Amino acid sequence: MSTVELSFKLNGREVSLSVAPDTLLVDLLREGLGLTGTKAGCREGECGACTVLLDGTPMNSCLLPAVKAQGREVTTIEGLEKTDGSLEPLQEAFMGEGAAQCGFCTPAMILTATALLKNNPDPDEGEIRHALSGVICRCTGYRKIVQAVQTAAKARS
Amino acid sequence: MALAFEKLHWHSKLEVAEYLVPASLTEALDMLASHGGKARVIAGGTDVIPELRSRKLDVSVLVDVSRLPDMDGIEADGDDIVIGGGVTHAAAAASPLIQDKASALATGCGWVGSPQIRNVATLAGNLVSGQPAADASVPLLALDAEVTIASAKGERVVPLSEFFLGLGQTALDPGREILTSIRFQALADNQGSAYLRLAKRKALNLPILVCAVKATADGGNIASAAIALGPVAPVPFRERAAEEFVAGKPATMETLTQAGETATATCNPRDSLLRGSCDYRTEMVKVFVRRGLTAALAQAGCTVK
Repeated sequence: MSTVELSFKLNGREVSLSVAPDTLLVDLLREGLGLTGTKAGCREGECGACTVLLDGTPMNSCLLPAVKAQGREVTTIEGLEKTDGSLEPLQEAFMGEGAAQCGFCTPAMILTATALLKNNPDPDEGEIRHALSGVICRCTGYRKIVQAVQTAAKARS
Repeated sequence: MALAFEKLHWHSKLEVAEYLVPASLTEALDMLASHGGKARVIAGGTDVIPELRSRKLDVSVLVDVSRLPDMDGIEADGDDIVIGGGVTHAAAAASPLIQDKASALATGCGWVGSPQIRNVATLAGNLVSGQPAADASVPLLALDAEVTIASAKGERVVPLSEFFLGLGQTALDPGREILTSIRFQALADNQGSAYLRLAKRKALNLPILVCAVKATADGGNIASAAIALGPVAPVPFRERAAEEFVAGKPATMETLTQAGETATATCNPRDSLLRGSCDYRTEMVKVFVRRGLTAALAQAGCTVK
């Protein structure tokens, strides 16, 4: 099978690699690059667990051919950790509020909330629920997740 | 770092041999033409990727049109609004022009899939997929939109009323043609539109019923109305009997209720455990036609008596 040369910025670092033309971004991240924080759930865009940020915008990496990342910036949950090992206020808030149970949706929730707070630093509950509506959580009932985003928004302001 | 990931097609299982990224529309159309129908256009990919995975599509080459220049505009052109073939649902839903002059479309685009889906999925793709529950297609049908379709042989313009041919079937050949733009009249001061949606959840849920209405008011009368429905037949469609019934009539609740009663002639929804019975959905068509007309007329400055 032929391969495609691909270069993009991943969590702040330039990467260049060759991929099969039909590789999906979620598989490149998880299997090719070992970044397993991004989850493959339904693989149909229904659950949102595979959400990554492409140029800062949340997208389902299970529906994105890896080639679409060419020349763009991909941020996964691993990219939020700072070089000194400290975490983002959102991550701290998710831990502090107990906003994760099984944890499968948590990376997607945090990345989606990251994009929300960048565009809207002080969202109300409705705006938070709307922004997170593309990620399904089967454990928490969403209440703690919404609280964590509110707590993080206050911590940042 | 340079690594090879040939093994990865194992996991993706799309079984596509080539992924082409043309730099111009001409190049894209030539790529399609040279593969004789075995290539397929991919834009956002939110329909194409699941169809490839489930083997509903038999193609060996993908032609990615999402980076073509001059395809992402939402612009006023005289009395018309022109939407480029690359415009996403998120961009359309957030556009002040569409919110103000085609509110039914902004509302419909805001319901598609999820925020993640809306960030990549295009209105053009929503049309080309030819699904009766398509949240952008139904309002565009009510707005009397027409689409420009390009191929290596040239360009043609097709009104949406002639575009949807059957479930998943449209007048566009996705192996040879590209939908380059969508055009419709902006709402005038005496016009209004509305989009109503019935679904079990507020996100990630296909609708049980959708109804888009464009109404033109003439004082206290309904000058004309366009009523589009989905998914209560294999294609989204215009409910012509109800449209003819209300034209020229006073904007009263009696007129609108009778319009709802006449609106079920073309409906033939399936009985569905997930999306309700045929009887229920047919009853709701009457309610949605009445409510849709009421809301569109209110936006046109005409209060229903």
